[in-house]
Amino acid sequence: MFADYDHIMERLALQQLWDFPGGVHPQQNKTKSNQTEIQRIALPDLIHIPVKQHIGVNGDIIVKVGELVAKGQPLTASESAFAVPVHASTSGKVIAIGDHVAAHPSGISELTISIEVDGLDTAYEFKPLSDYTKRTKNEIIEAICQAGISGMGGAGFPTHLKSNNVKPIEFLIINGIECEPYITSDDRLMREHAWQIRQGIDILYHLLQPKQVIVAVENNKPEAFNTLSIACQQQDNYQVVSVPTKYPAGGEKQLIQVLSSREVPADGLPVDVGCLMYNVGTCYAIADAVIEGKPLIERVVTITGDAVETPQNVWARIGTPVKHLLTHANYDSDKQAYPRIIMGGPMMGFTLSSVQVPVVKITNCILVPANKELPTLEDERACIRCSACADACPASLLPQQLFWHSKAKEYEQAQEYNLFDCIECGACAYVCPSEIPLVHYYRKAKADIRLQQVEKEKAEKARIRFEARKARLQKDKDAREEKHRLAAQARAQTMTNDGGAAKDKIAAALARAKAKKAAMAKQNNEQISAVSEETYVERAKERPSANTEISKSAALPTDSDAQDIDALKVNAEPNSSADDAANAKKAKVAAAIARAKAKKAQQAKQAKENKASDE
Amino acid sequence: MTLTLIAILVVSLIALIFGALLGYASIRFKVESDPLVEQIDQILPQTQCGQCGYPGCRPYAEAIANGDEINKCPPGGEATIKDLAALMGVDAKPLDAAHGVEDVKKVAFIREDECIGCTKCIQACPVDAILGAAKQMHTVIIDECTGCDLCVDPCPVDCIDMIPLNDSSEAWQWDFKRVSVGDIQIKQVS
Repeated sequence: MFADYDHIMERLALQQLWDFPGGVHPQQNKTKSNQTEIQRIALPDLIHIPVKQHIGVNGDIIVKVGELVAKGQPLTASESAFAVPVHASTSGKVIAIGDHVAAHPSGISELTISIEVDGLDTAYEFKPLSDYTKRTKNEIIEAICQAGISGMGGAGFPTHLKSNNVKPIEFLIINGIECEPYITSDDRLMREHAWQIRQGIDILYHLLQPKQVIVAVENNKPEAFNTLSIACQQQDNYQVVSVPTKYPAGGEKQLIQVLSSREVPADGLPVDVGCLMYNVGTCYAIADAVIEGKPLIERVVTITGDAVETPQNVWARIGTPVKHLLTHANYDSDKQAYPRIIMGGPMMGFTLSSVQVPVVKITNCILVPANKELPTLEDERACIRCSACADACPASLLPQQLFWHSKAKEYEQAQEYNLFDCIECGACAYVCPSEIPLVHYYRKAKADIRLQQVEKEKAEKARIRFEARKARLQKDKDAREEKHRLAAQARAQTMTNDGGAAKDKIAAALARAKAKKAAMAKQNNEQISAVSEETYVERAKERPSANTEISKSAALPTDSDAQDIDALKVNAEPNSSADDAANAKKAKVAAAIARAKAKKAQQAKQAKENKASDE
Repeated sequence: MTLTLIAILVVSLIALIFGALLGYASIRFKVESDPLVEQIDQILPQTQCGQCGYPGCRPYAEAIANGDEINKCPPGGEATIKDLAALMGVDAKPLDAAHGVEDVKKVAFIREDECIGCTKCIQACPVDAILGAAKQMHTVIIDECTGCDLCVDPCPVDCIDMIPLNDSSEAWQWDFKRVSVGDIQIKQVS
């Protein structure tokens, strides 16, 4: 278990701290830039704001090319919890949304919003949270998120995520260590804006409700220590602690170890040991965001190195090209044999591929060393197994083993030696007598391992999709075959098992059709026979009586009429018994003729009747 | 006599117990498929491109398990061969050029205004990474595309390109030889 709270408090009261293993004492070079106040500088002509400046995902761009934007206007927005918006750092016109060289060691281009500065610096409407002590936790966290704040100490982790903590916190640690040589931006900020930092701490205190706040300042910054002590003196459970100067005391895990002797587990977070840490710059930005409603649009940047005539700290708007800062600090290119601009400090920084690289939220220093000021890592020699690196490692790793395995791409073994616990502080490379850029090998190995992991995940996804597709196609095929099989079976069955029934059906259908035709034919014949019968009946009646006028007239049919009727009878008789269609047709024709004749006969009869009535 | 009988009884009892135990174990700890094939399949890059001559990664995994060469997978490249060699206990050998060469990672891209909506590429895609319907424009889901090339040939209007994936700063391998050239030469620090 780790040291308990009371024990730590006792030691802190006595200013007795612990230590972390290893560490180095490089030349500080801080006085170059920390002698003057933070300068306000002229606005650049163009600013380039990368859409993603934090760890997480980028938001969606909500401005268009040609749009006029005001200072502090959000340029991106997102629903994602891992997204932090970026804001226009001054007013102007959006002239491009596209790739621009990024503030990254690779010099790869990233999605960037370029704004042509109009110089008016008109501000967007800021919405401060009035009296945050009465606001809910969520409201404050939302305000911090919308202000675009991500950790300003270097990692760039979204602050609202860190602050949305539910575990109990014993120590809220405010990191004012700034252990890397040359950099003095936090130093100057603490000296000049201790009160606003204190306000930021108050907000965090209200949010997180820790038992104790520890403000840690390295003992090479006595002025900052004093101003912060004054700013925090009214608060009982705020303690400003002076930490012995040693690189990398400002590392999160190292500082927690120094202050509390607690060690953050390899795969854990500071919150697992009851601590949460914020950089002083982040506290300043939180106060801006909550009390003034002002988003993170500028930060303090140290411009230093022997190749600038006036090393200093400046308030740089996010997106300011490095060239603008160098011009401001009177960069003298003659002092460099070849251009060499470092973003960050000499231990953990990276060289830039272009002076157009913009200042981003995590940019704390621009270092332009003169010739021979910093070693150039060009004459790497063989490892002599001196183990100086192991002595210097603040994470108690074995850098030489990591080096062997990383160089040989034996990543599994490198991971067994806890490669991912390396904080890339560069202490091992600093002490290496063979000038091996050790951290470079570790970074490469880490990147390779991460890429392999990503590819493995992708391969797994592809495999699942491939197999799902195969299964689907197989299912479709099976379903189709099954359908065909069933249909064939049904057909076969009707032919065999139910064959009789089917035949019967067909036969029945045929029979029905025939019967229908026959019925029709019959009907015709009946008509015909009815007609003929009538005639016969009339004729028969006629002969015995022949009294009435009608019977008389009917009784005297012409010879031709009688012949016709006889012929009809002859024709109709076979028709009525016949079944086939041909006969039916004939019958129809015959019936039609019979009808016509009957009509004629009737007409004739009528004519005769008329004659008879005339008579 | 009784002693002999007891001995026989005891021995047969023990045999029975162990027999039952083994029988139970064989049912309880039964392994369904060949675990070696699974392991090989895990190593293969799952592009399902068929460059190895087999219809997909799993058939190739089965072939390797049955003794086929391990150097027929160009998308996996050297890293895969190395892993396979370690798994199979054989020497790693260079990639068999007959099956293709290791290339940068690419994804398919459909020039959408040329697409006639024939759905032929959709049928060819082994991982369902192409979206579209008959007589409608098709498009590739970049995150799902494995870059297998199989959709390029079936396209009757040749509107599918294989485009190398853009370098992003997150996927960057700290390879200072492969950086975009700015106005300053990049030197490493620390």
